[in-house]
Amino acid sequence: MLTLESVTYRYAGASRPAIREVSLRLAATDVVGLCGPSESGKTTVCLVASGLAPRTIRGALEGRLLIDGEDVAGRPMHQLVSRVGICFQNPTTQLSGVSATVYEEVAFGPMNLGLARGEIVARAEEALEALRISDLARRDPSRLSGGQMQLVAIAGLLAMRPAHLILDEPTAELDPAGARLVADAIGRLAGEGRSILIAEQRTDLVARICHRVLVLREGRVEREGRPAEVLSDPRSRDLGVPEPSAVRLRRRVVEAGLDAGPVDRVLDRGATAIGSRRSAGA
Amino acid sequence: MTDLRTERLVHVYPDGPVRALDGVDLHIRPGERVALVGQNGSGKTTLVRHFNGLLRPTEGRILVDGVDAATMRVAQLSRRIGLVFQDPDRQIFSGTVRGEVEFGPRNLGMTAAEREVSVERALAAVGLESEAGTNPYDLGGARRKLLALASVLAMRTPVLILDEPTTGQDARGVATVRRVIDAVGAEGRTVVAISHDMEFVAETFERVAVLRAGRVVLDGPPGEVFAEGAWPALASTYLEPPLAAVVGARLGLGPTPTDATLIEALRPWRYTPAAG
Repeated sequence: MLTLESVTYRYAGASRPAIREVSLRLAATDVVGLCGPSESGKTTVCLVASGLAPRTIRGALEGRLLIDGEDVAGRPMHQLVSRVGICFQNPTTQLSGVSATVYEEVAFGPMNLGLARGEIVARAEEALEALRISDLARRDPSRLSGGQMQLVAIAGLLAMRPAHLILDEPTAELDPAGARLVADAIGRLAGEGRSILIAEQRTDLVARICHRVLVLREGRVEREGRPAEVLSDPRSRDLGVPEPSAVRLRRRVVEAGLDAGPVDRVLDRGATAIGSRRSAGA
Repeated sequence: MTDLRTERLVHVYPDGPVRALDGVDLHIRPGERVALVGQNGSGKTTLVRHFNGLLRPTEGRILVDGVDAATMRVAQLSRRIGLVFQDPDRQIFSGTVRGEVEFGPRNLGMTAAEREVSVERALAAVGLESEAGTNPYDLGGARRKLLALASVLAMRTPVLILDEPTTGQDARGVATVRRVIDAVGAEGRTVVAISHDMEFVAETFERVAVLRAGRVVLDGPPGEVFAEGAWPALASTYLEPPLAAVVGARLGLGPTPTDATLIEALRPWRYTPAAG
């Protein structure tokens, strides 16, 4: 369980807090979405939940971050990285830049922990396996597609064996195939017992993979609930959160004074994929 | 207004054997709004960087108003073709929002009065008029990206090229980008944009070119490129049509690339009891 208890965070030098009294709970197997317009505080929530704020990114924190029941206020970053991992938008800036192969890249974290060789190998292989990128192990990380690079970045986090993963718009810079790879991986990782917090603008993705969603505005949590309810609620749209495509299409059909029946039948049958949903992982 | 044409354009980067562009023939007429779509690595960015001379062809050529771009300097090209990078931090360097937007017009030799108008208009177009004195790095990433757009808009080039303009934008930001594209298009200027968002593409552009492995595999209006017959080609490059196109095809309504076209196609159904 990872818990934020009424967290207010003000960056060093900023005149006002970026987030105010934000509370959230992430239990094992949870995938929780964070939505809201730009500058509403999504990234700050991620930074606080990962421990990077205030440890690396300075500022004043009120409230508490609890990881598995422990208030981690006094703990330095290197003690947190095995418990909670964070992944950012841009896949290229997250790679170490010093590894010649994907395997070395994924083993980089465990090596820095000073673990025994066998343990490092076991962890790297387990992480590659979890993201189904074992076939990329010998490749040069800088020559992968954006989606593949992002999977390598997440594998690097997994090799630290954190129970909690924080993902800040992990698919924003990816093409549709890359976004699908990452989204599928998120579902599997949660299924294996991790808890996942994902900041995301693409509500189609949130609707598909999240169990719960929080909507932020100006640093405060304005709405919380199941994606199907929160994302189809007009109040969320007023808060600057776009409706998922299916919700928007249906609403527009109804607003045009038309019978939504035919459209509903297509949407309900799930007949909206065009086939050939092949993996781009190889 | 400016006419752009590539002829069997090939580009091979010095560090690799791969043909990033493998014989692209594309004619973009003055005033067209064209979206370039395709996977990461399909050659979209490589292609647009040829238009303003950042990259030069390995083979083939680019014609700008009929003149071989190889004979033109970057400074000449940049008067006609404005390119907004995907990552704003690659182009932002001024200490204020106004200074950033004023840089291009100043370089083009606009008078102070012309600059004033250009800068005001560009800032207003992206909703940053109240931030003129702000340091660009005090803006969030999404607004820095709109700033980068404004700084190219202010140069009033006949061609505007945008590399993933909606990435990282919230709903309001996407609406702003769409408004800018519509306004630039309404002035008869050309807009070329790279995007991964097929709904944005279908609603904003009159023509869509799909790239795969350095080649154009589909090229036409959204109704054609997202129509059922083109789905296998789209799927081969891991793209999916907008939801409205799929729903329309499942209902046998023909090409309906946008919500609006789907609704129009649904209207007659109201009067057909059998379909209710």
